[in-house]
Amino acid sequence: MASSHGTPPVFNNKVIAWIDYRLPIFSYIEKEYHTFPTPRNFNYFWNFGAIATVMLVLMIATGVVLATNYTPHVLMAFDSVERIDRDVPQGWLIRDLHMNGASFFFIAVYVHIFRGMYYGSYKAPRELLWILGVVIFLLMMATAFMGYVLPWGQMSFWGATVITSLFSAIPVVGDSIVTWLWGGFSIGNPTLNRFYALHYLLPFIIVAVVALHVVALHVHGSNNPTGIDPKGPQDTVPFHPYYTMKDGFGVVVFLIVYSLVVFFGPDMLGDAANYIPADPLVTPTHIVPEWYFLPFYAILRAVPDKLGGVIAMFGAIAVLFVLPWLDTSRVRSSTYRPIYKWCMLLLVVDVVVLGFCGANPPAGFWIPLSQAATLYYFIHFLILLPVLGKIERPLPMPPSIADAVLKKKAG
Amino acid sequence: MVATGALGAVGVAAVAWPFINNLNPAADTLALASIEVNVKPIEVGQAITVKWRGKPVFIRHRTEKDIKEAEAVPMSELPDPQTDDSRVTDTAKKVRREWLIMIGVCTHLGCVPLGNLPGQDKGPYGGWYCPCHGSAYDTSGRIRKGPAPLNLVIPQYLFLSDSLVRIG
Repeated sequence: MASSHGTPPVFNNKVIAWIDYRLPIFSYIEKEYHTFPTPRNFNYFWNFGAIATVMLVLMIATGVVLATNYTPHVLMAFDSVERIDRDVPQGWLIRDLHMNGASFFFIAVYVHIFRGMYYGSYKAPRELLWILGVVIFLLMMATAFMGYVLPWGQMSFWGATVITSLFSAIPVVGDSIVTWLWGGFSIGNPTLNRFYALHYLLPFIIVAVVALHVVALHVHGSNNPTGIDPKGPQDTVPFHPYYTMKDGFGVVVFLIVYSLVVFFGPDMLGDAANYIPADPLVTPTHIVPEWYFLPFYAILRAVPDKLGGVIAMFGAIAVLFVLPWLDTSRVRSSTYRPIYKWCMLLLVVDVVVLGFCGANPPAGFWIPLSQAATLYYFIHFLILLPVLGKIERPLPMPPSIADAVLKKKAG
Repeated sequence: MVATGALGAVGVAAVAWPFINNLNPAADTLALASIEVNVKPIEVGQAITVKWRGKPVFIRHRTEKDIKEAEAVPMSELPDPQTDDSRVTDTAKKVRREWLIMIGVCTHLGCVPLGNLPGQDKGPYGGWYCPCHGSAYDTSGRIRKGPAPLNLVIPQYLFLSDSLVRIG
């Protein structure tokens, strides 16, 4: 049944042929996941799209099961989560998979985003592919934030208070918007109910945007570590079995690490304060969001002005939308950009530093450090990217992917 | 064509409005009654926290030192200039300098500032200190330092007698 890319496949199985003639799903799978010509030189960074997809499916599966035992009411939510942990058969496992699954989903997506930035995967003709990815990232952040509110612990309550209050920074209508978001004068039962409804809805919207992301990907195919477009059959291999195997291997390794955390340190990434029931009269001495929000939280706190901080935080994500147009270099891969390569690695260090700033109280040297790191973050996108593309002299590039791979092997 | 389009837009807006407005506070949430608090047991220098509309309300029985400090601050030093007297006046326009009644919610991002309980960090200005993002308030609850843009909010309140206050 195999065929070369471009000619429709012939199915020997009569049932499959019958279905495919009426609804060509098997032709589609054959074309997009079997014979699909894929650059032959992927490194392991290219595993993380598949890994993220697996995590999305896992989050939906565990989430649906958790929903059957969860009660979205301020008086019962905390206890219903404790009941899942203690009394419901394997509830502890499903909950720990879901709770840590969020963290590992973000790990996969952050590596995936880094890959896209380092190898210039956002450049023409993949700008929309990149933008859809940023949309997925935003939807993930909203979903994760609302999910964290559901156990109704101290961090749930106060995290929700701080994040929803961000909107009060909007001039004139800010307070009305916050009241509208809350459905009351403070975070309360109406808030918990609507967050639960949206937390259940958004993952399916993510699935839809992921589908568009994949469709956009399959128009021009994947980028690759050299950033050079495939020029012929010598530069590509069929997606199956080469990358189904490589992705499968990466997924298994990733799931092993994930399982280690789920089984041996399920609360390692969480905050102990969230095992205290929510108390609207007492703010925990130190409010921190989940680790995956820390860099953005640090940017929020770095600006000593309410509206300014909110603008900087949203700006840090908004800048990603215009990344394809901020980068003026015609070379995709950082491998051939001797200066930008180091800027890119410095950006990673910068984001990690911001993460530590966000995790620590806003006092002492953390304040100037977070301000310096915030400044560098924006300098990277708004100054280094546009300017370096003009002044940097790229390294000589190999004529094709095959040349790059074979030369590396020979050398 | 234009008329059809305009009518269609009005129709869409009319249908969308119930969905949007549905998320606003419901009648039972809006109908939260006012509360009455007996302030007699609060000694000079003490403060209590009561719950009103789901939010904490601070009631502080200020010392002479607190009041003097608050009154001595020049308006030019305040990000949100308000006299101390204007913050201790009830709805009957009576000024009671010893009683400071405020909504205990930081005007930055809604945390409850520290400083109302004995032993808590009152911050560099002797009033309240928000641990979330480092905003410091003075003994009049006015913002002095940090990211919060406004003074702590004074709710409507009325002293029914010298020891009984109604909030809301």
